[in-house]
Amino acid sequence: MKIKDIFKSGIITDNPVFIQLLGMCPTLATSTSLINAIGMGLSATFVLVCSNMLISLLRKFIPQKIRIASYIVIIAGFVTLVDMLLEAFFYSIYNALGVFIPLIVVNCIILARAESFASKNKVLPSILDGLAMGLGFTVALAILGAIREVLGSGTILGFELFGGVAPLSVLALPAGGFLALGFVIAAAQHLINRKRGGAD
Amino acid sequence: MQEYNIGTILAFAINAILIENIVLTQFMGCCPFFGVSKNSDTALGMGMAVTFIMGLSSIVTYGIYQLVLVPLKLEYLETIAFILVIASLVQLVEMALKKLVPALYNALGIYLPLITTNCAVLGICLTNIQNGYDFLSSFLSSIFTAIGFTLAIWIFSIVRTRMEETCDIPKAFQGFPIALITAALLSFGFMGFNGLTL
Repeated sequence: MKIKDIFKSGIITDNPVFIQLLGMCPTLATSTSLINAIGMGLSATFVLVCSNMLISLLRKFIPQKIRIASYIVIIAGFVTLVDMLLEAFFYSIYNALGVFIPLIVVNCIILARAESFASKNKVLPSILDGLAMGLGFTVALAILGAIREVLGSGTILGFELFGGVAPLSVLALPAGGFLALGFVIAAAQHLINRKRGGAD
Repeated sequence: MQEYNIGTILAFAINAILIENIVLTQFMGCCPFFGVSKNSDTALGMGMAVTFIMGLSSIVTYGIYQLVLVPLKLEYLETIAFILVIASLVQLVEMALKKLVPALYNALGIYLPLITTNCAVLGICLTNIQNGYDFLSSFLSSIFTAIGFTLAIWIFSIVRTRMEETCDIPKAFQGFPIALITAALLSFGFMGFNGLTL
């Protein structure tokens, strides 16, 4: 597969959130603002790239029967690393993301890529696949984060947009997370339907 | 929570089940919430399996944290230790139930492996430690949170079946989007409990 195709599938045609519907919990919980969304996306991307690389390197040594447990240990190791790095260098993001940083361990996207890609492919493609899927996750989170921050709090990256008035403050609440994601995925499905309709 | 009496335990329960419902206000455990809520029997089965594992894993992770990680000053390994505990616990429970209580195994069996990647289980174990709960509080908070999860997924499954039988859903909203919007409405409902002061 060409590099361009890997990235196109990770970010657009096989986007982990909008198309594969994986990783819902962090998507909903950390998309209240753009900066949190990008922080979460990049942390998960880092874990995804590192775990894909290590799992691909070890794919001939990990016994078939305990492979899932081994993947979880590898992923948890990198998550602990990210947790400590964020606490040391990006304390405000660390505080805002809270328990969702250790919960990257149980993000289905990462385990899904380990099982379906890294365990069967060579190191370089696995790294690229991790990067592409991670960026797809980050893009999805950033779109949702931007929508919720602009409409829900009336700010973008902390700057006031509408003179301190939030147009749709419900989007900043938990219920608004479900609502915004529902509409964004509906828009994605609509575009896919229209594209398919045009092709027929 | 220092003293235990009916009043404090009830307040604790209402807080964990309704006010801070784990799925609808904290977004943990969304995957099973959307994945296995297509009919109310499977939703209840999943809820019971989660309750069982959450109760057990809160006991075991509390023990491991206080008796192993704290004395050895290895608190930073909690994520790795807890996820391993939960994964092996799920496997053990599955084997034990299959051998000892086949009836319960048949009811819960297919949901058990899914629980390992349910972030609510790991999430609640980590929050218990973060909040500095003692043993009984950890256990109670896990059980009540799990009951909250069961309540949410059960209500959601009933709404969903009804909606899919009777409603004419626009094409773009079919499947997952309409489920998310239903969850949003349910979450609005649960926001009403915010007014309760305990």
